[in-house]
Amino acid sequence: MEAKTKDLWVIIETNEDGTAKNVGIEMLTPGKELAGKQGGALVAVVIGSGVDEAVKAASEYGADRVIVVDGPEYKDFTVDAFAKALTALVEKYGPDAILIGATPDGRELAPIVAGRLKTGLASDCTGIGVCEDGSIEWTRPAYGGSIMEVLACPEQRPQIGSVRPGAFKKGEPGEAKAEIIKEDISVAAEDIRTKVLEVIKEMGGEKVDLEGADIIVAGGRGVGGPEGFDPIRELAEVLGATVGASRAAVDAGWISHAHQVGQTGKIVGPKLYIACGISGAIQHLAGMTSSDVVVAINKDPDAPIFDVADYGIVGNLFEVLPVLTEEIKKARA
Amino acid sequence: MNILVCIKQVPDPTELKADPAKNTLNTDEVPKIINPFDSYALEAAARIKDKDPETKIVIVTIGTAGVEKALKEGLGIAADQAYFVSDEAFADSDSLATAYILSCAVKKIEETEGKFNAIFCGKQATDGDSAQVGPQLAEYLGYPLVTYGLEAFDEGDTLKINKEIDGGIEVIAAQTPCVVTFTKPSWDPRYPTIKRKMAANRAQIPTLTGADFAGLDASAIGAAGSPTKVIKTFVPQRSKSGIKIQEESDEESAKKLFALLSDARVI
Repeated sequence: MEAKTKDLWVIIETNEDGTAKNVGIEMLTPGKELAGKQGGALVAVVIGSGVDEAVKAASEYGADRVIVVDGPEYKDFTVDAFAKALTALVEKYGPDAILIGATPDGRELAPIVAGRLKTGLASDCTGIGVCEDGSIEWTRPAYGGSIMEVLACPEQRPQIGSVRPGAFKKGEPGEAKAEIIKEDISVAAEDIRTKVLEVIKEMGGEKVDLEGADIIVAGGRGVGGPEGFDPIRELAEVLGATVGASRAAVDAGWISHAHQVGQTGKIVGPKLYIACGISGAIQHLAGMTSSDVVVAINKDPDAPIFDVADYGIVGNLFEVLPVLTEEIKKARA
Repeated sequence: MNILVCIKQVPDPTELKADPAKNTLNTDEVPKIINPFDSYALEAAARIKDKDPETKIVIVTIGTAGVEKALKEGLGIAADQAYFVSDEAFADSDSLATAYILSCAVKKIEETEGKFNAIFCGKQATDGDSAQVGPQLAEYLGYPLVTYGLEAFDEGDTLKINKEIDGGIEVIAAQTPCVVTFTKPSWDPRYPTIKRKMAANRAQIPTLTGADFAGLDASAIGAAGSPTKVIKTFVPQRSKSGIKIQEESDEESAKKLFALLSDARVI
């Protein structure tokens, strides 16, 4: 289809309590810049149920307009309902481009909507620019991050990109002055073809929110066994961090897959990533190199993890971690 | 139950090396394997068949000569029948065009194999990493979609899927026919057996081309039918000139790290 406007849309995904997920707010940062270059408006789109907080946040972080679809059928994410709502909005307003967070739900919504509109999608983008012809230039990792691909969608509109959480930084909030537009789009119950029957919490009921974590302390083969994660958990506790793991530690059965960072685990972008006893296989690096600051602790001075580390300690993690934990405790006492 | 599993052959991700001078990867030089996520999809189909031996598992791949090797491997592991989809006109198809070609193949294969109750894919391929083909196949076929599947259970009119979510599992009922994409479960996918491998080597694998697909929209395939264009690739610059800390003792190293992190206001 053809774009009716130069507007750039950012889809703001919401948490269970109706607040905005970080990735949505983060995308407003490049969104503002791109919309400015293209001479269009930055429009945030919030689909959910009871989402006033997310609408307010989108407005404070720079959206010129916020389109809101609020209804009980959007309380829990289903790709059937969300794709119907988003497609209807696109057909009505004709945006030039859409950014969608590359979260588990966003990675369902983006390809379905792109497929329905027969337009191009760049998945899991970590960089966004503008081509000579004015199309968006999407930069995304392929082959587990071993290579970066630069894509464009020169003809079809809207151009759609899913954007990795943590790839962009939140801007500074300002006065909320966006125009709020409410749209009523209802979805019949029979049009939602999947249903959640139950949610089974992992043993211990621990929620492992790696993707939203500000600090991650992760362990790999070097921790040597399940109990090797104890000093990692202790450090994580004093830092308010989430515990991550490399594939080697997960495959050895020392910790559950929910903790895995990397190509076959979670892609993370915390402010601080502390890698303990992780050698840094390319599949692991693919999952954590967009972290702001990386600390590596490893016995092997040649471990590839040191190539991506801002601070590297060559040493025994079982000696280093307890001291580091104590120092932090002392400083905070 | 009648299940189609879509598989793709990819370069073994553990063997890949980047050539920073040419900005390419050594994809041609490394061994090829079934995309790991597709092997989890095949395993999920095999587990359904374990419970109900009447289950039929058909596998399909798109590509150029040579990639049928992955189909033989799939037959050796669990599949009953395989189809190879190949046509020069399909070259340079992006995810959307590939999903369209696959949707045509599904309809053609169903003429022989009967209607599929479920189509299983990997959540993404470890080469392109786009995670689009499965969802867009669902869209082209008009089927419901479930992603991040770990295991699936045949419940008659619905398929029950254990989906991986943060901190646990969501149990989802999807109307059939449906498309499910799979991620890594906590168990290892089964290996081929010798007996199955030998049978697979003798298996006849039909090749389907564009000419076999009635009403194929030539404007929706190949480079011309692909909305996305690759402008360039480059090898990411990972090396950071980080600070190496190696004091007299690990204790001193830890204290120095703490001081540096505090000074930089990281903690």
